[in-house]
Amino acid sequence: MSEAKYSKEHEWIKLDGDIATIGITQHATEMLGDIVFVELPELGSNVEKNGNAGVVESTKAASDVYTPISGEVVENNQSIVDDPAKINTDPENEAWFFKLRVKDKTELDSLMNKEEYNKFAKENSN
Amino acid sequence: MDNKKTALNSLHKKYGAKLVSFAGYEMPIQYSTGIIEEHKSTRENAGIFDVSHMGQLFIKGDDTLAKNLERIFPAELSNAKLNQSKYSFLMNEEAGIYDDLIITKVESGFNIVLNAACKDSDFKLLSKLLDSKYEMILSEELSLIAIQGPKAAKILEKIINGVSDLKFMNGGTFNYLNENIYITRSGYTGEDGFEISIKNDGAEAFVQKLIDEGASLVGLGARDTLRLEAGLCLYGHDMDINKSPVEANLKWAISKNRILNGGFIGFEKIKSQIEKGVSKVRVGIKPEGRIIAREKTSIFNKDDKNIGEITSGTFGPSVQAPVAMGYVENLFSKIDTKVFLEVRGKKYPASISNLPFYKKSYVKGVSK
Repeated sequence: MSEAKYSKEHEWIKLDGDIATIGITQHATEMLGDIVFVELPELGSNVEKNGNAGVVESTKAASDVYTPISGEVVENNQSIVDDPAKINTDPENEAWFFKLRVKDKTELDSLMNKEEYNKFAKENSN
Repeated sequence: MDNKKTALNSLHKKYGAKLVSFAGYEMPIQYSTGIIEEHKSTRENAGIFDVSHMGQLFIKGDDTLAKNLERIFPAELSNAKLNQSKYSFLMNEEAGIYDDLIITKVESGFNIVLNAACKDSDFKLLSKLLDSKYEMILSEELSLIAIQGPKAAKILEKIINGVSDLKFMNGGTFNYLNENIYITRSGYTGEDGFEISIKNDGAEAFVQKLIDEGASLVGLGARDTLRLEAGLCLYGHDMDINKSPVEANLKWAISKNRILNGGFIGFEKIKSQIEKGVSKVRVGIKPEGRIIAREKTSIFNKDDKNIGEITSGTFGPSVQAPVAMGYVENLFSKIDTKVFLEVRGKKYPASISNLPFYKKSYVKGVSK
């Protein structure tokens, strides 16, 4: 699996062949607070880069989840739907959101690496 | 305009508070522990809330004051016992609610605790309504600290002797570090608890003592989930100037005697609403599944007719389910009526529910 890349909307993405795994970052969970609800894109649906791909809700508010890349949803993580608190505990591993069959790998080029993202997150945390 | 800070501001920061602007004050929405932990700490142990942004109004006067306040408020005040607290409303002639408040009879007159966002306008209005012979002081020198939860009494008793003898909705003057402070047994979380009115300069040290005795700080976020589980209204959301106490399902706060004899602002409207009924009424709403319906969510009946709107909604950490309140047409307000909530363009099933969502199960005779 490739090294994770990151979007300005605080999603991470890892590529394995033409399958991408996507979730939200640790930083995102810290901003959101305790997550109590998640809605994932439907299996078999097609999502477009930067388009809507689900919702997370904390006790405070609802936030949209965007996909950093286009593709067909081949898997979604039901375990976080049943237990959204997992997203706070392990957002960048166990609590992935969905997997896509990627259309165009070059879409990843515009995303940030870990170092760039950490800098971005720090600057945008207030 | 810069936000005001309460006397606990640096303490909030010390405990990792995320500070937000609330009613003109910089207030903690949560601390480093997070809303769910803070919520649970209140239900299981004892939570400390800085509610110093709320207004503490003191009205001084002789025996005639109670009667004059009864011309404004629908509470029965002339028969209030010393240190007894009553929940009431400041209304307009149309029974629209300017504010909801707690009035306590004290030796010099009455203390009133007002909502932060309303306190200045309440003060102006009351100054107009009340004879100028009564002195009115909206305190800037006092902090207000709430401690709530099953261990609140035990913890506070260690610091201030005698508080655990207070009865619910009653207050008293207590000696603390050679000063008199006023404490009431009340709160807004569905738990047993106290509200302590203490001078600003001693507030931080006092709260630190509560923390050292085992209570923990709780922010506005958990205050909201706690009060919503307890079925309690938040002013500006579940009630406002366009709703009456009858519509807000708070008729219980107006005694039979006052409904019978009137003589307060908004009485005619209240009387007519009680006699003829209201078209919309506040209800509890329980979504099926995990979907959260927040403020302004539209409510539909089974025939897809819009019958109302959610005024507060969140996930209840103690009931482990989403909870909401809102106003629906009276016809659909019966418990267990099936309704639909439109969230992000989709309609989700829910039902009208009894309030509160969370009920304390008191255990009698257990003391450790």
